[in-house]
Amino acid sequence: MNKVNTVFEGLGSAVVLAYRAFASLPNAPRIIKRVVEQAFFGGYSSLPIVSILSFFIGAVLALQAGLTLQAVGMKQVIGTLVGESLVRELGPVMVAILLAGRVASATTAELASMKVYQEIDALITMNIPPERFLVLPRLIAVLLYMPVITMIGIVIGWFGGAIVCEYVGFIGVTSEQYFASLTSFLTADKLFKGLLKAEIFGFCIMLIACNTGLRTKGGPREIGFAVTRSVVLSLVTILILDYFITKALA
Amino acid sequence: MKTPCAVQDRSDRNPVGVEVAHLSKKYENQIVLNDISLSIKPGEIFVIMGPSGSGKSVLLRQIAGLETANSGTVRINGHDPADPATRDRFALALVFQAGGLFNSLSVYENLALYPLEHRLCPKPQIRERVMRALKILSLENAAKKFPSELSGGMKKRVAIARALVMEPQLLLYDEPTSELDPVMSATISEIIATLKNEFQVTTIVVSHDRDLALTIGDRVAILMKGALRTVSTAEQLRRVTDPDVVDFLNPKIDLKNPRYQKLEA
Repeated sequence: MNKVNTVFEGLGSAVVLAYRAFASLPNAPRIIKRVVEQAFFGGYSSLPIVSILSFFIGAVLALQAGLTLQAVGMKQVIGTLVGESLVRELGPVMVAILLAGRVASATTAELASMKVYQEIDALITMNIPPERFLVLPRLIAVLLYMPVITMIGIVIGWFGGAIVCEYVGFIGVTSEQYFASLTSFLTADKLFKGLLKAEIFGFCIMLIACNTGLRTKGGPREIGFAVTRSVVLSLVTILILDYFITKALA
Repeated sequence: MKTPCAVQDRSDRNPVGVEVAHLSKKYENQIVLNDISLSIKPGEIFVIMGPSGSGKSVLLRQIAGLETANSGTVRINGHDPADPATRDRFALALVFQAGGLFNSLSVYENLALYPLEHRLCPKPQIRERVMRALKILSLENAAKKFPSELSGGMKKRVAIARALVMEPQLLLYDEPTSELDPVMSATISEIIATLKNEFQVTTIVVSHDRDLALTIGDRVAILMKGALRTVSTAEQLRRVTDPDVVDFLNPKIDLKNPRYQKLEA
């Protein structure tokens, strides 16, 4: 029963946190600098790892698909398979998992240590709401950079698949054939739905990270526990949400 | 009411009084504060003393509006300290035991945060205000440093400077001399007294430093096991007869106590 209470408490406090953060939207002009800082840290700094990850996901996908599709004589649809998989599922999910591991853990650690070392209390006594000062810039930033890095990841993944198709002998699909197949089934609607999925994942991950960090109590040991809790909760949330969003958007 | 900028004209800003009435707080089953009532006069230095775990810091956090009580009230000039409007009106400042400085910001940025966030004045005037506070605390050379580069004493002084930039009407200190050597403790005590005299700010200090309490406190409250044992002036405190208070103020080490004999062995 206690665990159920904890789950609902966490959910409730996350909703309240999001409400309080967005209630301070009229003050948004004064947080532009912090939004840019967060976008740089979460988005721009994540680009190299997103690029490497996406490239190899596209490459492995093409390789695996190539093996199977060649056996059934359908290797000409590799482009469609890789392209759609990345747009609809793997791109948003992989970028979200990366965000949970890289940005959410760092955010929770930072906010939890601010809580433990009384920096949050200092903000409150200075009448600077932590929701406005710390949470809102992160939420706005993630909403801005999440679709961008997901799109970049998807495109790099497509090229990873194209290179494998072009240079791995037994697949034998030229990049022209690959991209022709990829673009023939891809529509703006599918792309939009993939990016919307990424946007929802990003928002939820950041909200979980901020909420877990700000709810940390106790000493320095709790910071580590909070980070673990935040990452695990983010990963579970991504996978559960993925099912429901996919179903809703289907 | 926002404070004026740069050149401080404090004529329109009077120190505030604090009323604590029947305040009780417990964590789970442990009573931390038990029916505390006290009145802190505008402009005085009020020191709250007591042994470790007596509830001093919890009482201070209640006065700062950082925690809610199970029963009873705290009022600053009749207003609830947990209300952001009260904090805004009286610019309540709290100097935390560990400083509570923002580790990702430089000393200058720590001090400038409050006026910048509240848009009290243009940046050049904020700079003037911050540099003035740093000068009062002899920290001019530390402006560009980060909290991790400062000694314990400097951190405390930066925390006091940050509070000073807020131009508070109520200034709260949580163990301002803990973990400091006697010389630095005396310096901090002197700074607290000077700030009170110069800026006419109501000051509440939580400490178990007897020297600080008896030197700078206009009145001293002794808190033991969550209950208020006495509120008196430093002079009256020297003549107090309550054996627990006397023991706390003048601790004696009984070398015949088996505990010390064991240590000696």
